Amino acid sequence: MAVREVDIDFSQDLLDYIEVWKEKPGNLIMMLHRIQEEFGYIPREAAIKLTHLTGVPLAKVYGVVTFYHFFKLEKPGKHKIQVCMGTACYLKGGEDLIQELENLLGIGVNQTTEDEEFSVEAVRCVGCCGLAPVIVVDGEVYGKLKKDQLPEILAKHRGE
Amino acid sequence: MEFNHYILVCGGTGCESSKADDIYRNLLKECEAQGVKDSVQVVKTGCFGFCEQGPIVKILPEESFYVQVKPDDARELIAEHIVKGRQVERLLYDQEKTRRLTGIEDIQFYQKQLRVVLRNCGVINPENIDEYIAREGYAALEKAIFEMTPDEVVEELKTSGLRGRGGAGFPTWMKWKFTKQVQEEEKYIVCNADEGDPGAYMDRSTLEGDPHNVLEAMAIAGHTVGAKQGYIYIRAEYPLAINRLNKAIEQALDYGLLGENILGSDFSFNIELRLGAGAFVCGEETALLASVEGERGMPRPRPPFPAVKGLWNKPTVINNVETWANIPVILLRGANWFSNIGTDKSKGTKVFALTGKINNSGLVEVPMGTPLRDIINDIGGGIKDGKAFKAVQTGGPSGGVITSEFLDTPIDYEHLQELGSIMGSGGMIVMDEDDCMVDVAKFYLGFTVDESCGKCAPCRVGGRKLLNILERISKGQGSRQDLQKLKDIGEAMKRAALCGLGQTAPNPILSTMKYFEDEYLEHIDEQYCRAGKCKELVTYTINPENCIGCGICARRCPVNAISGEKRQPHEIDQALCIKCGECYNACKFDAVIVK
Repeated sequence: MAVREVDIDFSQDLLDYIEVWKEKPGNLIMMLHRIQEEFGYIPREAAIKLTHLTGVPLAKVYGVVTFYHFFKLEKPGKHKIQVCMGTACYLKGGEDLIQELENLLGIGVNQTTEDEEFSVEAVRCVGCCGLAPVIVVDGEVYGKLKKDQLPEILAKHRGE
Repeated sequence: MEFNHYILVCGGTGCESSKADDIYRNLLKECEAQGVKDSVQVVKTGCFGFCEQGPIVKILPEESFYVQVKPDDARELIAEHIVKGRQVERLLYDQEKTRRLTGIEDIQFYQKQLRVVLRNCGVINPENIDEYIAREGYAALEKAIFEMTPDEVVEELKTSGLRGRGGAGFPTWMKWKFTKQVQEEEKYIVCNADEGDPGAYMDRSTLEGDPHNVLEAMAIAGHTVGAKQGYIYIRAEYPLAINRLNKAIEQALDYGLLGENILGSDFSFNIELRLGAGAFVCGEETALLASVEGERGMPRPRPPFPAVKGLWNKPTVINNVETWANIPVILLRGANWFSNIGTDKSKGTKVFALTGKINNSGLVEVPMGTPLRDIINDIGGGIKDGKAFKAVQTGGPSGGVITSEFLDTPIDYEHLQELGSIMGSGGMIVMDEDDCMVDVAKFYLGFTVDESCGKCAPCRVGGRKLLNILERISKGQGSRQDLQKLKDIGEAMKRAALCGLGQTAPNPILSTMKYFEDEYLEHIDEQYCRAGKCKELVTYTINPENCIGCGICARRCPVNAISGEKRQPHEIDQALCIKCGECYNACKFDAVIVK
């Protein structure tokens, strides 16, 4: 089979990681995590490059990537907003937060704003149920949240 | 080195989210600035459990329990408490709003709890192996290697009566025994830390607060059944737990408590992490093993059970985090000590994540058999905002609801099952009069439909059918035949689905239908949702007698559906109203009516 050249650079760290994990059993998910860490998602070129480096068929890579919610096929915005939709957050108004974000940003769940500043996703429990309802922006957790606090939070992260 | 004071700062996820890390750093800074750094040790611990009041700071030896601490409070805590020896009254936990409480033993939240699994959480620094060892850490492993035969370890587990804490409650000793009996070179030990149940964080807090406890237990299992390799399968969404586990493994290797020739014996054991990637079905053991192998996480039929053919088709002991966390203490204190806790068939304690409409949200550990009422009223402090209790949901998407008439039921595996729910992993979500049971069933089903792996038809097709019917009912378009259909499809799924996810997916519906049939009928016959959750069935109107015409509702309305003259009663245009509830929340005169 002709090997298609792909135009994507992996950092030396990532290449080293793949080199170490290549021979280990059950490595595919771990390598994909590392790729997503580097790019923020799994670009198609990166998936192809991974098949070149490891010999795992592309179909298998995509089989795994599409099975798991955690792996993203599209580039997320500069700031990632995760709205917790675990049971406690749902009961305490998680849906209202999503609705308000849609009012403020004009995007729904799994979408990115046109200026690529924000993307919104609904996530399963983030494990801070005592703080429900919760959103996470760029890893920072905001708990016991009321929707009128959202504009301020967005402004804060937009400025970063 | 001896210190005069120990300051414990909660480093659980909830408190870390509320800037516990800044508090910790400010405390260190202030100790230095105020010249007491040599007599005070500041420690970041695991979860204290009382998440509602976080971030929590506890100062020993006075046992002062400070709540809702802010990073800026560090200066005062050091200046007053440490330097001048006066407690900072305003930060102490205030249970009855009349007197300030000092110590943990005064706090009702803790009084009916018994911490076995969480015994080190909130006590030790989870990132320091010495602190774990100081609390008899790794002594159980030493005992298992040098003082007990593998058969004696299995026997001890049998006498203890320990059952799996991940859901079904299978006796732990049997799993170990099956794996031990198989003659194979390669065997594996797996820890299920794929806590996918939305609204549950027991395992996360256990791993974050006491990671060595789980490592030690896995090594004990390795020695007992003859395995050299262990894997912890943990959700990628738990970065703090992953980080602490990695540190713990490194330290244990350094100390010779993992790796080659543990404690100088001929036993060698290694542990590696494998990260999940967001698939609820991977909590099912055969799906989890597929995922550890790096494949799509799809379950396969059992038997063969993992104990005989598990990871890479080799015999595998797989237990959940909380089960593992019980094992070292059983070996140390003895099976009889353990089996004295709990009920006839359910031994030991259970950790619950108590959340929802409850005053004291948090992580609680109680002896099996504790009545639900004690957990909700005494530990949980009752329902938020004085509302009426409606139900408590246990077992997440696989469980069901328990109503007020069953509040005196002792919580154990058998009783929960009798009520149509399950123990599950330990999520306990309290619901009040504002929660609609049809909506709750729809929420859980939406979850399981989304998480179905699609391998077997009963789950893939049945779940979707159930969800369609529920959506119809919640829009007021359901019929009475729909109720029968829900039951029929649900029962069929229970019998025919391949794995636990599909078999238990109908539980939230069947259980809410059993206890709240009247609510389903109201949706169907009267197009009425008493909780006001099902938006299609709700209308907002303004009562002209209460409305003073202040206009707040009209200004808040996002679609300009409210109009009226100043100081005159306003009106809502039903054709424009999107039922967002803003006007209802905004009105200070109870003039907006929800029907």
